[in-house]
Amino acid sequence: MPSLRFTKDHEWVRQEGDVAVIGITDYAQSQLGDVVYVELPEPGRHVEQGKEAAVVESAKAASEVYSPVTGEVVAVNDDIVADPAKVNADAMGEGWFIKIRLDDPKQLDGLMDETAYQAFVAEQP
Amino acid sequence: MSQTGSLSPDAAPLRRTPLYDLHHARGARMVGFAGYEMPVQYPPGIIAEHLHTRAQAGLFDVSHMGQIRLHGAAAAGALEALVPGDLQALAPQRMRYTLLLNDSGGILDDLMVTRLEDGLMLVVNAARKEADLAHLQAHLDRAVTIEPRFERALLALQGPAAAAVLARFAAGVDRMPFMSATELSIAGASCVVTRSGYTGEDGFEISLAADHAVGVAERLLGEPEVAPIGLGARDTLRLEAGLCLYGHDIDETTTPIEAGLAWTIGKRRRAEGGFPGAATVLRQLADGPARKRVGIRPDGRAPAREGTPVVDAAGNPIGQVTSGGFGPSVGAPIAMGYVDAAHSAEGIALAVVVRDVERPAHVARLPFVPTHYYRG
Repeated sequence: MPSLRFTKDHEWVRQEGDVAVIGITDYAQSQLGDVVYVELPEPGRHVEQGKEAAVVESAKAASEVYSPVTGEVVAVNDDIVADPAKVNADAMGEGWFIKIRLDDPKQLDGLMDETAYQAFVAEQP
Repeated sequence: MSQTGSLSPDAAPLRRTPLYDLHHARGARMVGFAGYEMPVQYPPGIIAEHLHTRAQAGLFDVSHMGQIRLHGAAAAGALEALVPGDLQALAPQRMRYTLLLNDSGGILDDLMVTRLEDGLMLVVNAARKEADLAHLQAHLDRAVTIEPRFERALLALQGPAAAAVLARFAAGVDRMPFMSATELSIAGASCVVTRSGYTGEDGFEISLAADHAVGVAERLLGEPEVAPIGLGARDTLRLEAGLCLYGHDIDETTTPIEAGLAWTIGKRRRAEGGFPGAATVLRQLADGPARKRVGIRPDGRAPAREGTPVVDAAGNPIGQVTSGGFGPSVGAPIAMGYVDAAHSAEGIALAVVVRDVERPAHVARLPFVPTHYYRG
């Protein structure tokens, strides 16, 4: 099973060779509530680690999704644009946001593993 | 990921309504709102709660709102000095939506005024209740006794099944006229019930003593059609119904005419004036205001939230969004805001500037969904 990495901003990353699949965590979707709109970057765009890569809006509010890694966007999930509720239904799977070709795979080492992330979530108010 | 929108918790210490424990027991997510810790949503979530209210019935805790009684035969006449509504024409057990105005015609608060046998009952906004009370104390004739009843609870039962549900506890309420009031007993508790609400649906608001609130709420929630509904869905319901939220769509810088609330100004009051800001308000009524509150439908899927700039087809600034989000019953983003009068006609193309991108939109009729007020 491929390992997952996480950010403190509640994004997840799954490495598949030199490509990283990125989404928001199940905790994030539960905090957002009903997702009603997703805005994704154009394929080909270069995104920087920690910088805005996408927008997700719930019934309550708009939130920015930051890229956990630096690289080129090679694919975006048009299914969640057409049906944003997929983000709520399967945040860690079919609700993925974008795929990025990693400039530097070592960036993943600086992110939390699942155990560390679960501990981080448990500390949230 | 980081949130940039609204409904984030306030900083100050928060008060609780009598239903606080009930909200917690039912799994509500609580947020700070107008100084109170209030349920923003329950486990089903905003969209499901919204749709449930439109399909069946929802119970809302609105005990944070301010209830004020004005006693004395002179109350209606005296309050007319502060609002543009015709309150002297208000028959006993009838209610009216009106506005506290400042001397420029700006709106200090919007409120419901109900005529009871012994005076008036006011329901004002939570965030404004202390200021409203001070305003009334400073300006009302001394013959009127002002009695704040901020400790009382207020429940709203809204939706197409509301009348049938409430009639199980109080026979005859299903035949109460829209915007009327009656005093009766529900599950042993003495209540003032009005046929009114803030959702665009048929429904009731129930004022009662705090120590009876949990009991009545639990009895209503025990009915199969009724679910508890949070402030999140309350906001989407009222936005779809085209109803103003004080501090957002109306405030001290907006007049009743700009806000499209000229219908609240009685015919006699238009002729006589005698309310704060009457010169400005009546001039705008005659000449038309420079800007107007309108409904806005983004043509795409991106919500345009409060503060979003509105531009004309050529990109010139013409106004801004004051409330906006996703309309669950509409199934698309909806908004309202102020635009130049020249761009306020239904169907006019404009654009909303969301995240620095101009996105096509158009002026839409309010309300966004048909209302279902009880018409007998």
